[in-house]
Amino acid sequence: MRFVVPFVLAFAAAVATSAASDDPAAIAIAGPQNPATLSSFGFFDGGAARPSARLIPYELRTPLFSDYAAKQRFIYVPDGAQIGADADGRLIFPVGSALIKSFGYPAKSGGLNVIETRVLLHQAQGWVALPYVWRADGKDADLRVGGTRVPVTFTHGGNDLSVNYSVPNKNQCKQCHSAAGNIMPIGPVWQNMAFLRPADARAIVKAAPALARLQPYPKWDDSRTGALDDRARQYLKVNCGHCHAPQGSASNSGLFLDGSATGAAALGIGKRPVAAGRASGDLDFIIAPGQPDQSILIKRMESTDPGIAMPELGRSTVHEEGVELLRQWIAAMPSNTH
Amino acid sequence: MRKLALIGYWAATPNPACNYHSLRHVVPMRIRELLFVGAAFCALVQPASAKTIAVSPGEGAQERLHEALIAAEPGDVVELAAGRFKLSDGLSLDVNKVTVKGQGGLETILDFSGQQGAGEGLLVTSDDVVLRDFAVENSKGDGIKSKGADRIVYHKLRVEWTGGPLATNGAYGIYPVESKDVLIDSVFVRGASDAGIYVGQSRNIVVRHSTAVENVAGIEIENSFDADVHDNIATRNTGGVLVFDLPNLPQMGGHNVRIFGNIIVNNMTPNFAPKGNIVANVPTGTGVMVMANRRVEVFDNVIGENGTTNIMIVGYRFPFQDPKYDPLPREVIIWDNQHSRAGWDPKFRGGTEIAAAMGGSFPGIFWDGAGGSEYMPVIQDDVPALSLGLKDVTADTAMAQPAPLARATSRPDGLPAIILPEAMEAAIR
Repeated sequence: MRFVVPFVLAFAAAVATSAASDDPAAIAIAGPQNPATLSSFGFFDGGAARPSARLIPYELRTPLFSDYAAKQRFIYVPDGAQIGADADGRLIFPVGSALIKSFGYPAKSGGLNVIETRVLLHQAQGWVALPYVWRADGKDADLRVGGTRVPVTFTHGGNDLSVNYSVPNKNQCKQCHSAAGNIMPIGPVWQNMAFLRPADARAIVKAAPALARLQPYPKWDDSRTGALDDRARQYLKVNCGHCHAPQGSASNSGLFLDGSATGAAALGIGKRPVAAGRASGDLDFIIAPGQPDQSILIKRMESTDPGIAMPELGRSTVHEEGVELLRQWIAAMPSNTH
Repeated sequence: MRKLALIGYWAATPNPACNYHSLRHVVPMRIRELLFVGAAFCALVQPASAKTIAVSPGEGAQERLHEALIAAEPGDVVELAAGRFKLSDGLSLDVNKVTVKGQGGLETILDFSGQQGAGEGLLVTSDDVVLRDFAVENSKGDGIKSKGADRIVYHKLRVEWTGGPLATNGAYGIYPVESKDVLIDSVFVRGASDAGIYVGQSRNIVVRHSTAVENVAGIEIENSFDADVHDNIATRNTGGVLVFDLPNLPQMGGHNVRIFGNIIVNNMTPNFAPKGNIVANVPTGTGVMVMANRRVEVFDNVIGENGTTNIMIVGYRFPFQDPKYDPLPREVIIWDNQHSRAGWDPKFRGGTEIAAAMGGSFPGIFWDGAGGSEYMPVIQDDVPALSLGLKDVTADTAMAQPAPLARATSRPDGLPAIILPEAMEAAIR
């Protein structure tokens, strides 16, 4: 059981200060109207490259793969409020907070061509997820609850790749950011976070000292940070575990990649597909230990066909490096583990 | 008499468009009987503030339709105009008490042939939703999925892969899962590479007045509790109606399923399921297949022209590690079905040999025999029935020791009918 560390009692303070604040974000976040433009929040000073000093920038040690897009992540906390954490290291944000994430690709001229910025707003009734798409002039972004697709060409590994980049619609936001039907943040777990300004990390630890005792999670692509098994599981947790969880969108599959699996079958080892259809690729098992080529998990990660590809959302290219990690992981499993 | 006339109709109309027309001819007769009662209720179920959001096909249909589905509020109707909506991505609905209504299964078409993302055509994740009078064509994955969507109604829908039975088609046509109270009424499903109508890990389910053609499994009830499957037509599938239970899933122990009043004929489409899926093991030419469930009743159906057998009762044959899972079927009760020809081409190991030993034809009903007499089905049909006499559930069917199953002299009282919340029935009157 997860319990809330008792020193996280900033709710009242947050509500009290947000009402009095002249910060435009306080009103925009509170709802109930969804602001039509991103500038309504005041998170950026006239462009995605100029985040407000009020925002706390951070990175993830193991991030979700999104078609090789670069991401810029920020936390907004209302004046006088404080971030807390639960015993598992999951950060707790007071009402009035926002999580902000921009997606883009390196521009030829340097810098980042930001396509969209997604916000998660912590309103009194719960979290709300909204996607904003930047205008061509880069000065502001417009709310697009229905999502859209944007053709993008970028360079990866010396090759030009073209994708029809998908900005998720509001429902798709929830498909991943969902626990038992409610919208939740996914990423901000202390052990997987890296703060760009040391003072931000210090402030959080000061409010939630128990965090200092938690060991950082491995970086999926850095063998110095963890064993192959740990890095592979961390990759699965971040890329698959938000749906493949007992309370997630893929709960009916019985395949749990969020770290909750207690037996081999729930992790996919020796498990037969349930509703995969043609995505089985004529294979019998999600993971055939020792045999990555015989594993449906690998086949689905290597596909870009929407009836086959996993994850279902936000991926129209293959994450070659991620596939390689999981191939090594499966190849290293003794073939009698199930 | 009407049922028998229909069999002739199916045999004479290979054109899929005709198939759907035939559905419209058959089903409304049943609906009309209910119209008088229904009119009074319709006015009551709509909240005062309900509004209709109209959406037409054409430029920007994807974003316009999706924005309508997102903007809808409880009580609203999203009304789709006639025509072809060319969609580039999956759609989803996450608002309770919304009706999505088209102008008919041939008139309003959600065309997913250009779909670039998402695992299904339409995904519903909210409660008290009614989907009616439209079609979903050629989605890349499943057709319409509803997950954790209680009291959902699917009515007069068409879900079709228009190229016919192909392994490259999506898995499920209509796919409610993890839901309580499910009504599927007067739908037409064709071409699913797994099951046309699939209800998984749900409870309190009615599938009726529907037609499943050229799917691997016509209608499948899996890991579910309390289901009535009645007055449907399942034809030209690989297997007509399946009742399965599988291990390693959050909900197991499927039970209390009634299959009655259906026409389950000529399910002879060669199995086109991608290997690895459980239905890839369904022998071509199967009428009804019950696997690893407790208390299944099969009665008053017209079943025939199925080359393997009309009714098959078997255990789950694969290795599994799941102490909570029971691989054996039990309390299967079969009576008053009208059989025609079956078993002339049994498509499982050892089937041909048994058929030869029995004078060329496999019987219309068989049980694998696993578990012994405690598990023996109760059969009161006027056709020969056989136990394969397998010593355990994983034994090779080629090692069968067939023995006739005697007609039972009595049977237990039947299960009660499934009753759905009145608002669900009212929604389609």
